[in-house]
This record gives sequence, C-alpha cells and structure tokens, in this order.
Amino acid sequence: MNATAAPALTSSKAMILTLGLVATLCGILIVSAYQGTLAAVTANKRIALERAVFKVIPGATGMKEFVATTSGIVPASGALPAGGVKVYAAYDQSGTLRGIAAEAAATGYADLVRVLYAYDPARQVITGIGVISMRETPGIGDKIQTDAAFLKNFQALDVSLAPDMKALANAVKTVKHGAKQHPWEIDAISGATVTSKAVGKGINDSARRLLPLLLPNLEKLKGA
Amino acid sequence: MAIPGQKQLTHLEEFMEGIWKQNPVFVMVLGMCPTLAVSVSAVNSLSMGLATAFVLVCSTLLVSLIRKLVPKEVRIATYIVIIATFVTVVDYLIQAISLTVYEALGAFIQLIVVNCIILGRAEAHASKNPPLRTVINALGMGIGFTIGLFALGSVREILGAGKLFGIPLFGPDFQPWVVMVLPPGGFFVLGAWLLLFNWLDSRKSGVARGEPVEGRVHG
Amino acid sequence: MNLHSPRIELRTSPHVVKGLSVERIMFNVVLALLPIAAFSIWQYGLSALALLLTVIATCLLSERLFNYWSGEPNTLSDWSAAITGLLLALTLPPSFPLWMAAVAGCVAIALGKAMFGGIGHNVFNPALVGRAFVQAAFPVSISTWAPAYASHRFTEFIPTTLTLPLMTPADIGPWAKQALDGFTGATPLARWKFEHVATAPYDLLTGAATASAGETSAILILLCGAYLAACRFMDWRIPVAVLGSAALIAWLFQLWNPVRFPDPSFVLLSGGLMLGAVFMATDMATSPVTPKGVWIYGAVIGVVTVMIRYFGGLTEGVMYAILIGNALAPLIDQYCQPKVFGSAGRKT
Repeated sequence: MNATAAPALTSSKAMILTLGLVATLCGILIVSAYQGTLAAVTANKRIALERAVFKVIPGATGMKEFVATTSGIVPASGALPAGGVKVYAAYDQSGTLRGIAAEAAATGYADLVRVLYAYDPARQVITGIGVISMRETPGIGDKIQTDAAFLKNFQALDVSLAPDMKALANAVKTVKHGAKQHPWEIDAISGATVTSKAVGKGINDSARRLLPLLLPNLEKLKGA
Repeated sequence: MAIPGQKQLTHLEEFMEGIWKQNPVFVMVLGMCPTLAVSVSAVNSLSMGLATAFVLVCSTLLVSLIRKLVPKEVRIATYIVIIATFVTVVDYLIQAISLTVYEALGAFIQLIVVNCIILGRAEAHASKNPPLRTVINALGMGIGFTIGLFALGSVREILGAGKLFGIPLFGPDFQPWVVMVLPPGGFFVLGAWLLLFNWLDSRKSGVARGEPVEGRVHG
Repeated sequence: MNLHSPRIELRTSPHVVKGLSVERIMFNVVLALLPIAAFSIWQYGLSALALLLTVIATCLLSERLFNYWSGEPNTLSDWSAAITGLLLALTLPPSFPLWMAAVAGCVAIALGKAMFGGIGHNVFNPALVGRAFVQAAFPVSISTWAPAYASHRFTEFIPTTLTLPLMTPADIGPWAKQALDGFTGATPLARWKFEHVATAPYDLLTGAATASAGETSAILILLCGAYLAACRFMDWRIPVAVLGSAALIAWLFQLWNPVRFPDPSFVLLSGGLMLGAVFMATDMATSPVTPKGVWIYGAVIGVVTVMIRYFGGLTEGVMYAILIGNALAPLIDQYCQPKVFGSAGRKT
C-alpha cells in the first residue's frame, strides 16, 4: 500500500489493490449488517402482515401463508411459483378457519392501489378490505380507507363462483355513487370515482384468478 | 478547511458550520431531492435526517482514515463504494427498527447514496482533514440537515394534517391543506424558510457591519 | 390691456393628451366588474357579499404589508390589488369558507405579485395564482356549490361561509336541499362530464346554473367586457381569440363525434370561460403586447381550456389554461416581434 504514496503516476496495481481492499471491507460491513438485522426485519415484516390480515378478519389470532396453484394449495415457501396466488388463511384460537385474505391491486389516480381483502368461503362473499399501499390524493382518493358508506360495500360483496367453478358468477363492478343494485356491485365514492374503480377492478381481477383455484381445495386450509 | 492562509477553525466553529453558516438545506441548498420528497411529516423528516447523518458521519470518518492511502485517480470510486456501503447498512437498520418508516421513506433511503452533501463532504472536507475534525464537521452537517428537514416536515405536517408527530393539534374538525403534503407544498414551505433564513442572515450581518448586505450567491 | 391674455405655447405633436394612466385603466376595470359583483350578491346574498369583502380586504392588506416590508411606496391607490381581490372572489364558489378565501387572497398577492416585484412584474395573473393554490389545498371546498336564489339569502349566510379558521366546513347538502328542492350540487360542466346532461343555454346565459360567484351570467360579463373594449381599456382581440378558438375546436370535436362532445355554445357559456376570457386573460402585465402574439396567446388559452375539459381529470380548465398562456406570453412575444421597416431580407 505504501506504493500508492508515490508522487508521479500511480500504478494500476495500486489502484486495483485499493479498490479491492475497500470493496472487501465494505462487503464485510454489509454482510454483518444484514446478518445482524435479519431476525428483526423478518419479525417486523411478519408482524406487519399479521396486523393487516387480522384487521380485515376480526377474531383471527393466527395465520398461515399458502400459495394457490393450478395443481392445488401448498404452504408458501420461497419464491412464488408461476401462476400461483398467495393467500393468507386466518384462524382463531381453537384453530378453526375464520377467513382467507388475499391481495388485490389496480392502478388508481396516482399509482397502484394495493388492498388486502378478506374472503368468507362459506358464504362466498368478501367481508372486508384494508389498504396496504397507495398514493392517492389526500382528502379525495384516500377516502377509500375512511368513507363509511364505501366500506359498507365490503361487508358482504358477492363473489360467488359460476356453477362450473371456473369463473365468477358476476364480475365485481364499481358503479356510480348511489347506483348500487346488486350485491356484487360497489357503490363508488362521489368525487373519488377513479380510486373506487381501482379497488373494484383489483378485487375482480384477483378474485377471478384466485377463487377457482381456492374453492375446490378448501379442505386443505381448514385442516391446517 | 485547510486552505493555506485561512485561519484554522476551532472544533466548536467546525461543528457550527453545518448547523448555521453552511447549513446544507438553508444555505447550500444541497440534497433537495430527499428534502422535498420525504418531508411530509415530522417523523419522516427526522428519520431521513438521522439516516443521512449516520451515513455522513460513518463514511466521512472512513474516508478520512484512509485518505492518505487512496490514489487520487480512484478516490471518487472509493468514496462512492464507502457511501453505498453505509447506505445499505442504514437501509437494513431502518427495516429492523420500523417497517412503517421504511415504507414511508421508500426509495429515498437508497437514494442517500447520491445525496450530494455526502460526496461533497467526503471530497471537500474528509479527504483533507484528520478523523476527529472530520467527524465533528460531519456531525454538524448531519444535524444541520436534520434540522432543515424537520423544519420543513413539521410545518407540512401541521398544515397538511393538523398533527405533529402524529398527535392532532387542532381537534377532529381540522381542515387539512392538501397541497402541503403534495410536492408543491414542499417547494412553498422551503421557499418560505429560505426567505426567513436569508432575512435573518442579512439582518444579522447588516447590523454587525452597519451596512446594507448584498445578495449572497450560493455555489 | 388684458393681463389674462392667452399665452401661446409651442409644443410638438401629439397635441391631444389623454391620460391613459395605470390608475385610470384599473379604476375602469373595477367599474366594469361591479355589475358582475352586484349580480352575484343578488344571486347568493350575504355570503357572496362577505366573500367579496373578505377577499378584497385581504388582498389590500397583503399588498400594504408587502409594500411596507420591501420599502416600496404604497401602491394601494392604483386599484390593482382591489381588482385581484374582486376577480379572485368572483371565481370562488359562493359557499367558500371565508378563512380559506382569506388564504387565497393572501397567497394571490404574496406568490402571484409581491414575489415578482409588484405590479407589472408578475408573470402570472395573481387572482388565478391564489385560486390555483386553494384549489390544490382545499379541493373539496372549492368544488362544493350552493344554490342561487335561496329564499333567505339576504338574512342568513350559507352555513359553510362562517366556518371557523382552520376547520373543515360542515356538509352543505341538507341546507342546500332545504333551500332549493332538487339541487344536485354539480356544475353544468360536471353534469356534462359525469352524467352526460347538457344544461340548457338559456340557463347558462342568465345565471340560473350552479357556478362560482361571478361566472353565472354570460350576458352581463360580455356587456361589461364590451364597455372596457369600447373605451380601449382592454385588448378586444384576446377575448375574441379565446372564445373563437374554443368555439372552433369545440365545433370540430362535435363534427367528429356529436354524441360524445357537446355543442360549442355549451363550451362558451358554461364554467368560467367568459369571465376568464374577458377579465383574466386580458391582464396587461401577463399577456403578450404584439398584435400577432395576442391572437396566438388567446388561441392557446381557448384550445387548452377545451382540451382540459374534454380529456382532463378536472371538469374546468380555464384557470390552468390562462396560467399556461401567461407562462407562454413572453415566448410568444419573442417570436412575434414586428420586423423593422426595410430590414426584411437583410442577412445578419
């Protein structure tokens, strides 16, 4: 390293050596920071997820992650297989299935609106939603979290499957404020139609993909 | 700074550089990208400020320690590697402390790496000064940056949400000024603070010298 | 010998001196705005009066304070701050809370005018800067409308008017329903955009439609504008260019798809286009000075207004269109410099 102090041209070797040493040192720092925080980060993520799931499924005290694929439902582990949809099964203290939560996302006014919705397999309805992330205009688009009339749409939103179990009997649709007639329609917030529509579209897309995979294999979740 | 012919600053002066005379936000107007983007609430501003201060202090210390060993041809590359390392470390730390804050700050944690205050300090100060002096200066700069961010964040949270640190100040009927939590609000509040700082500064130096002060040009 | 014999003065032309001072122009603009303000008070009663007074007072006060702080001479007497206040109040919904109106007035003078160095130096129309700020800050209140000709309008305020400072205004719905049966709270533009219902031109012309305090009666605005143009206090080309280009492009769109796009008359008469074209686009400091530039400037405003209304997220586009026009004005002037006589074809 002393060679680097030479006043004239620095040799390539010295430069490579310096950068190599610094990079090694930095590598060690990063790895130790990663190892040191890994446990806390994983725990944090788990808590955040549980909190979100328990919020949309009241009464749940424990949850398990599953992946619904075309070849059945498997416990989630590692990377998501192609065509698979992640679901969170929530259980109460006695171990009975309280509901299933899954994520829905669609583009709203500003950016992706991501919501977690709770699904009740017995009644084939959606029983609640919670926003995971969004960047909608404060005071307008973010009413989807607080507007009581809007949230009432999701007390029993019909997502029952058609008899052949391949598609939804009725597509979930966001309709103009005050025009809701059917249990599968969402009454939009007046003035925040774009965001309301994004929620409806996201739920429809997710339910259409997930439910035909989920319902035939429901027993697997109940026992788990 | 160790420019020949210039008086060496005392440690206290060195510390106060970043807080008042060379405040990164209000005087140098550096690092505007995170300043404007994350200062929507007091908590976000404080976390961002502290994260930046941490990276600033650690990386300038390391740069100062190895300043005599690094060939000048590769010094910028070396600094960037060092800064990037500490940014990654801070990224993990924030995730471990609070996911809420991590999600609120988003990409701006990773973007600390290109914050010109840090590279600027490494190049202009740490590479020419001993470790103790460097750390004192960096600490002052970091705290100055945090103060600047907090000044913006608290005003924007008070007007934009009626809260400070999440505590409601005006009761449930408060009407939020939506614009304050949107990007234009950042510019409005920054402009107002710059106005105040320049006014205070010109008054102070004007009184001291008893003459009108010329507009200062920031480099 | 008569001591008072007429003295002979020798002067070069021009011999007729007509004092077209800033004060005189501005005073006449105020005069022209007064009937519109009066009509808005007649329609909305006490609330409109309070709104006008509050905004004008805040504008005058801000102007005085900024004069004082910057050590400039007092410019209240040139009427320009009063015009800003009047115009701003006329573009706000009549039910707008007074404290928000005061914020708008203060921002209009501070960001729209004082920041650039006072009268004549501003790049953007100050009244519109104030309105753009409150539009971004209080998007709900600025799109809440009150019915005109409510029965008790001269004895009681619209409930939202007297909202306490910093507080959210109450829901206007129940009051509005009781004041006017079947009131929907949507402007003609919003009803067209979201419900595909075009309001009858007669309602738009006479002011029976839901709108901001001063944009309801197209006839009145045109008459006042005609007075200003006739006295040459205003460049008649600008409103003609704005309205003409808006009508032309609306007509083209209607030819293309008559089901989706409304009649040009609806575009001209609805929302703030009239008020904007006549009183705001014509602001002397923020519009081009060259004759050719004025036409281009007006056309830009008209086209952008229609584009925002048809394809944007907002129902109304006049405010942003004029602000965009203001921003382009210096550039337009630069490209429209008249050629010096004899210089054509000379290579430099």
